[in-house]
Amino acid sequence: MMAFTIAGREFRTLFLSPLAWAILGIIQIIQAFLFLVLLDTYLNEIQARYAGFEQAPGVTDFIVTGLFQNAGIILLMVTPLLTMRLISEERRNRTLSLLFSAPVSIAEIVLGKYLGVFAFLLLLVGMTTLMPLSLLSGGGLDYGKLAASFMAFLLLSAGFASLGLFISALTSQPTVAAISTFGALLLLWIINWSRNGAGGVLEYLSMLRHYDRLLTGLVNTEDLIYFILFILAFIVLSIHTLDNDRLQK
Amino acid sequence: MTSLIQVDQLYRFFSSRCAVNNVSFKLERGEILGFLGPNGAGKTTTMQMICGNLAPTEGQVFINGIDILDQPKEAKRELGYLPETPPLYRELTADEYLGYCARLHRLPAKKIATAVGNAKERCGLTEVGRRLIGNLSKGYQQRVGIAQAILHTPAVIILDEPTVGLDPIQIREIRELIRELGREHGIILSTHILPEIQEVCTRVQIIHQGQLVMNDSIERLERNMRALSLLMKTRGTPDLARLYALNGIHSIDALGDNRYRVFHDKEASPASSIAEIAVSFGWGLLELTPEKRSMEEIFIEITRHSPSTEKE
Repeated sequence: MMAFTIAGREFRTLFLSPLAWAILGIIQIIQAFLFLVLLDTYLNEIQARYAGFEQAPGVTDFIVTGLFQNAGIILLMVTPLLTMRLISEERRNRTLSLLFSAPVSIAEIVLGKYLGVFAFLLLLVGMTTLMPLSLLSGGGLDYGKLAASFMAFLLLSAGFASLGLFISALTSQPTVAAISTFGALLLLWIINWSRNGAGGVLEYLSMLRHYDRLLTGLVNTEDLIYFILFILAFIVLSIHTLDNDRLQK
Repeated sequence: MTSLIQVDQLYRFFSSRCAVNNVSFKLERGEILGFLGPNGAGKTTTMQMICGNLAPTEGQVFINGIDILDQPKEAKRELGYLPETPPLYRELTADEYLGYCARLHRLPAKKIATAVGNAKERCGLTEVGRRLIGNLSKGYQQRVGIAQAILHTPAVIILDEPTVGLDPIQIREIRELIRELGREHGIILSTHILPEIQEVCTRVQIIHQGQLVMNDSIERLERNMRALSLLMKTRGTPDLARLYALNGIHSIDALGDNRYRVFHDKEASPASSIAEIAVSFGWGLLELTPEKRSMEEIFIEITRHSPSTEKE
């Protein structure tokens, strides 16, 4: 499968620039800080307050959910930086012709690019998940909820990456791709904030709502389908956009 | 046997502007086809269509008998393409880059190292394999681009201005390389440098305003370039009527100072008979030179008037 060859190069190229290392490092510091704040609040306030309650929120509800909620917002800001150069930079440097004249289909090119950046996000997701896992040294966790949160974060990053890839395919300027991706993601995040939007189409479109629901441990087909449709739609759109380069310039 | 490249009635429109207008040609094994044309004539567009980088509005392209539109993957296996701007990843080393290209072209893992080694050796890159492409000079980058195109020993190699930015020694080496490659592969070469075509190519095509206006072998072109006029200088004043009496003389222009330009038929040069006459009448022949038209003059003559107005 040629997509893996392209993905491999994409992944390795990310680490050839300081950007990937910087992103991994900075995010880890911020996440660790937030994690410690959450842990501190839990130990010194929440635990004492809810002691003795039957249905009290446990450590998983408070720390894991809180951590992944923050992680979603951080991801929102970081993904555009990772996806911006996927296709736009190749177009600007005129390196696309290498892929176009190689025996590789457009779908494989797009899929390769996507998998490359997704592999990186997987690393990010994994490193975030390590933090709640460290709690195991001092106590127990609700594995079901942790798994749901992990999956939610994975789906969210996959969704972000597919939209970023599509926007990168639209332009030949990485910075334009970055700001547009950020704008689009933010809009999708907050789209249900209006009073009228509640319960309607805007509510369904909101990524935050689906993400939050999964984070509570409620794995719903509706939310899963939302993310899967979202990912597939933008990958297919990216393929079409890139194919347009060949059809007319 | 099928031709390496067969292009059938290719058209390409950009909105309403016609960039390539009914271009058809063939390329056989062992041929080096020079693609000439003024800027914006449609050379690059044609090449991009042959390489599957651009879909034609109409027409067909066959690579080694395989339709590039119907079976792009199979057709592209037989293709090596160096675009105008070499498609290089500046952040990779030359070795990494060529290895990646080899995998993209589906070379089996065992053969990659030898293929990269061969391509590097042919393009003179053995010294710089471990350096970043972004740090290489323009000439070396161009060579990496060529190495990328010949890496997988494709049947057809298409080079868009391969000698741009090279120093004269490198140009000589690259031309030598192209000639060598031309023995086993079919090559299309676009260039602005006319002597390059004469030196390297076996066939020449001139494209102008999207149309193919000339398609000739280099021998026929050189025959075309042969003089249709002689320059003559004498000490005394010659009797021009005697010259007019000769076979195949069209006209004689006096250039003053006893210098004349004698126009004659394409087939036979009357130089020897002119010399005989001049000697026998004692004109004192000082100079008699055939005038040679340069490739440049032919090129300018062909591209000066537009073919579209000619037809009307």
